[in-house]
Amino acid sequence: MILLGMGIFLAPPYWKKVLVNTAIFGILALSWDLLVCTGLVSLGQALFFGVGAYIAGTLNHYWGWPWWVTLPTATVAGGLLCAGILAPVLRLRGIYFAMVTLVLPLMLVRIIEATKILGGTEGLSGLQTFPSSWVELVLSLAAFFAVLFGFRRLMGTDYGLVLQGIRDNDRSVLSSGINIHWFKAQALFIAGATGAFAGAFMTHTYMFVGMPVFALDYSILPIAAAVVGGMGTLAGPAVGAFILIPLSEVLRALGALRIVIYGLFLVVFIVALPEGLFPYLSRKYHQFERWVEVE
Amino acid sequence: MEVHPLLQVQELTKDFGGLRALDRISFTLNQGESLGIIGPNGSGKTTLVNVITGFLRPTGGRVRFRGRTISGMGPHRIARLGLGRTFQMARPFYHLPAYKNLVIPLFSPRVRRLAGGRYGDRDAVAIDLLEEVGFERDSFVPFKPASVLPHGYLKRLELARALAIRPELLILDELFSGLSMAEVSSTVPIIEHLQAQGITLIMIEHRLRELFRIVDRVIVLNFGRKIAEGTPAEVMESEDVKKAYLGSE
Repeated sequence: MILLGMGIFLAPPYWKKVLVNTAIFGILALSWDLLVCTGLVSLGQALFFGVGAYIAGTLNHYWGWPWWVTLPTATVAGGLLCAGILAPVLRLRGIYFAMVTLVLPLMLVRIIEATKILGGTEGLSGLQTFPSSWVELVLSLAAFFAVLFGFRRLMGTDYGLVLQGIRDNDRSVLSSGINIHWFKAQALFIAGATGAFAGAFMTHTYMFVGMPVFALDYSILPIAAAVVGGMGTLAGPAVGAFILIPLSEVLRALGALRIVIYGLFLVVFIVALPEGLFPYLSRKYHQFERWVEVE
Repeated sequence: MEVHPLLQVQELTKDFGGLRALDRISFTLNQGESLGIIGPNGSGKTTLVNVITGFLRPTGGRVRFRGRTISGMGPHRIARLGLGRTFQMARPFYHLPAYKNLVIPLFSPRVRRLAGGRYGDRDAVAIDLLEEVGFERDSFVPFKPASVLPHGYLKRLELARALAIRPELLILDELFSGLSMAEVSSTVPIIEHLQAQGITLIMIEHRLRELFRIVDRVIVLNFGRKIAEGTPAEVMESEDVKKAYLGSE
């Protein structure tokens, strides 16, 4: 752990940036996984990401709000906005919900392109960034771990059990007098706020927000991270993001072949370890005999 | 003030496309009564329960609970009024320990309201509830994951889940199906105990002998129609019922 910390401090600026990126994608993957825990499969995490990115960018560009105001504002407003946009389709289940989420970010991109609002195709550039790369790095990692452990704790509470109950058997939860649509909306808000935070953070990191924030990459990467790490475990997608993002940077040297190798890596994972890395490792851990302190 | 029966079902009709699953079903149920609903497979028993509890919208007719029309309300709102039900297929939350399964219904707003705005210790309430339906605390059955429990326990877990919201009317959809004779005879006293507490019951059942020990009145459905109503003895004398169960000729 200390060595890792030392490594971070000694790392060249490029790899610091990669680490920030990894933390941001990790947060986005966690937001995706929270929805999965509630039984909502989203193919459009870019919606949350893009909404947060644009809120932060707009506030900073047009009104000059500093980053420490836009970040929390984009988080809360983004969560509300995403929950609001998706509220009408909350009754849809499974693939139908997934399809709507897939289409929405693609639609928003075209709206921005067609109406030329919010910078249109050019985007908004020259936005404020963090005072130093240290602040950026520490803040992103702190946020990542806060989300990871916060979500894991949340899922252990009775409230979290209700969310998971909706995933496992929604009729049973309904017949207990619990309004599952209201709970799903709350889960959407939490996931939306988390995703929006990631987007807003990225905006300030790159000092730019533009149409690419709604790109398919941001929808697919969380899913890929969850596939590698193990869906519905929260720790899984976090681990997955920490493997995939640095890997894709390492492969950058290979040029066009990068995507092929990246794709092969994913296929191998899906075939060889369909449950994901985290469930596999925790299962193996429990297979070993060891001394356990008993009170 | 007018005194309403607990449940009034009036001319209830449900169509699935061209198929009439329920055809103008009417009956009333008074507080503290126990009603059995029987009929051959596909006669509309479960559809009737699904319409009463709001999981399906009726095509025609209405349902009143304490004089208030509940048909058209969402299932969670109906449940909050005090209408509990079990499902025919017990699908518990398998990865959770049995008592944690009950934490979810104990999260219901109805539970908080009945407790005067407080939820209390849900784990303790859950374990007590499980003991009531025959989970032996001493052998740690309530703490075992639902995935390792035998079918008989899952059925009783389903019963406890419905009881967790403290229903006034409890609808049991084939609680005895798949249970052994021994399991049924140990479950009957649990239900009789509920009756003694004043809970109104509707039981859908194929095990007629056990059902007739419990209920005061029986409705017989066939092809979505009510073909008989009365005490168990009266109903079994009816020619229509014999025909429905044994076939005509």
